[in-house]
Amino acid sequence: MASITENELKSMTQEERVKALGMTSEQLTGRSMFMEFDPGETERFEYPWAPQVDFNKRTELDTADMTSTEVNSEIRDLMSKGYGTIVLKNPRGKHSLAVGILSKLNLIIEGSTGYFGVGLIDGPNVRVNGRVGWSCGENMMSGTVLIEKNAGSTFGAAIRGGDLVCKGSVGSRTGIDMKGGTIIVGGDTGALSGFMMQRGRMIVCGNAGKNLGDSMYDGTIYIGGEIKSYGVDAVEAELTQLDKDWLHRKLKQYGLLPSKGVDHFTKVVAGKQLWNYDNLEPTEKKLIL
Amino acid sequence: MCGIAGLIHKGKSSSVGFEMTQMLQALKHRGPDSTGYAVYGNEVNDLVMRLKIAEAEDMQRGSGIYAELDRRINQIDSFIDEHGVKVTKKDKINDYSYRYEFSFNGDLGKLAEHIEEVNGAEILSVGKGLELIKDLGDASDVSNAYGLNSFKGTHGIGHTRMATESDVDIRSAHPYWAFPYNDVSVVHNGQITNYWIMRRQMEKKGHRFTSNCDSELLAVYTAHNLSLGTSLENSLKQSIEEIDGVFTYLVATKDQLGMAKDTMAAKPLVLYESDDLIAMASEEVAIRAILPQEIDTSDPYDEEVRVWQA
Repeated sequence: MASITENELKSMTQEERVKALGMTSEQLTGRSMFMEFDPGETERFEYPWAPQVDFNKRTELDTADMTSTEVNSEIRDLMSKGYGTIVLKNPRGKHSLAVGILSKLNLIIEGSTGYFGVGLIDGPNVRVNGRVGWSCGENMMSGTVLIEKNAGSTFGAAIRGGDLVCKGSVGSRTGIDMKGGTIIVGGDTGALSGFMMQRGRMIVCGNAGKNLGDSMYDGTIYIGGEIKSYGVDAVEAELTQLDKDWLHRKLKQYGLLPSKGVDHFTKVVAGKQLWNYDNLEPTEKKLIL
Repeated sequence: MCGIAGLIHKGKSSSVGFEMTQMLQALKHRGPDSTGYAVYGNEVNDLVMRLKIAEAEDMQRGSGIYAELDRRINQIDSFIDEHGVKVTKKDKINDYSYRYEFSFNGDLGKLAEHIEEVNGAEILSVGKGLELIKDLGDASDVSNAYGLNSFKGTHGIGHTRMATESDVDIRSAHPYWAFPYNDVSVVHNGQITNYWIMRRQMEKKGHRFTSNCDSELLAVYTAHNLSLGTSLENSLKQSIEEIDGVFTYLVATKDQLGMAKDTMAAKPLVLYESDDLIAMASEEVAIRAILPQEIDTSDPYDEEVRVWQA
């Protein structure tokens, strides 16, 4: 570090400077899902191990007397046999149903699920005819989840992609830490929705509770009703024609388009006053510049 | 973590003991340490008192404990006589728990304090409808030991406890009776962060605490408010302002059931409402244990307070 001259430092980009000064030693190790894909191969959208399923091959599963683990392994078993449409009957509020499905599948849940339903999924289209408990769709990567009734708190926590839709109302902390994808709520949402949101879009047709978008880094929230209060660093932004077109298309797709259109929606984004996580600390700035 | 559940039938009596057992057994994974019930039967003319005279740990002290238990219950009976209480029925449920039916017009607080002077004695509940039962083990253990499956009533609340703030014993198990207020009981899921401040305030006002469990504060706090003439609904609303922490709690009185959720909505509650039955629990799976058919349920929001009439 001592061998680097001031002139050398000034000629470097900020990233090079940080590395040259040994301020970051982070090395990405371990397995990342992106390792599974060949960037050159544009047509490949599935995991190499994903079972080949046929959407026309349909089966029903009565889960009344099964445990969540048994249901989840049975789903995997059925998929390996090529079933592409699976109907779960009598879920009766079981937790962790249909988690970790990483390939295409049509899944219909006839009833209500408990906590952590359809979490960690990448690809399936899920329809739940009942209600879902806390943390539905947590960490989902892609696919579509459509819930006909209400949902609990932390709906769509940390989702990265796909469409997570609840036609009823949801609990508190909706889309906490979300990093992508779209969350759509037909009814109201509770307090601290969009807390620490990093990317992605959230649409709520009804009202939002207090501290909406608290400490959000980025991403966009659209609220159709009243907002009880804004969180730290969440600000209102202009609803552009591009926003309106997108809202119209997205809400129409799920049958949630309000009769009065989408012009009344409020757009909420990050004020970015708290945005300093990728900047250098003042002491570091002094050292470099 | 703890699990809470409650149900109230509007204008009719049902197998509340059996229904609560089904709900609490479904919540066993939220807390296997102890299970408690506060169930409300058909109102009697006399008062019903539930009493324990030893902790589970006392019972492991060897055979000498039985002579000690006899001594304790005899002493309690003599205190009851001294206060002019007319006992109409006395049942021994097991070695350390008793159920009394009695008529009494004097100061219930003084009577209760006197009885609790006996080493190991704790009055679990007194009321015209309320019967409070709590013990170590899961819901089916407690239900079988206390014959709850045949209990008929209008409403009840229950709790499965995972001990985090205090010991695994009966005195720290829920529900708590709002001493010495007839027929009021509380179950709670959460942590109260200004417990000691609030407890000292309540103690200065002359209220008694039997455990170090933060949930007991809610019972004492509710009893205090009700004794000042505050309605249950206003007491619940006031608690959201005055009590810090994350909590969801249920309060039952002889004809009402109420719930309150803190400002963060950090502790779960799922609610089912119909014209004749209202059921609520920490998890939907508990409601489904008594209502397997398709129903509509919802989550109450932050700072939400609700009260239902039987």
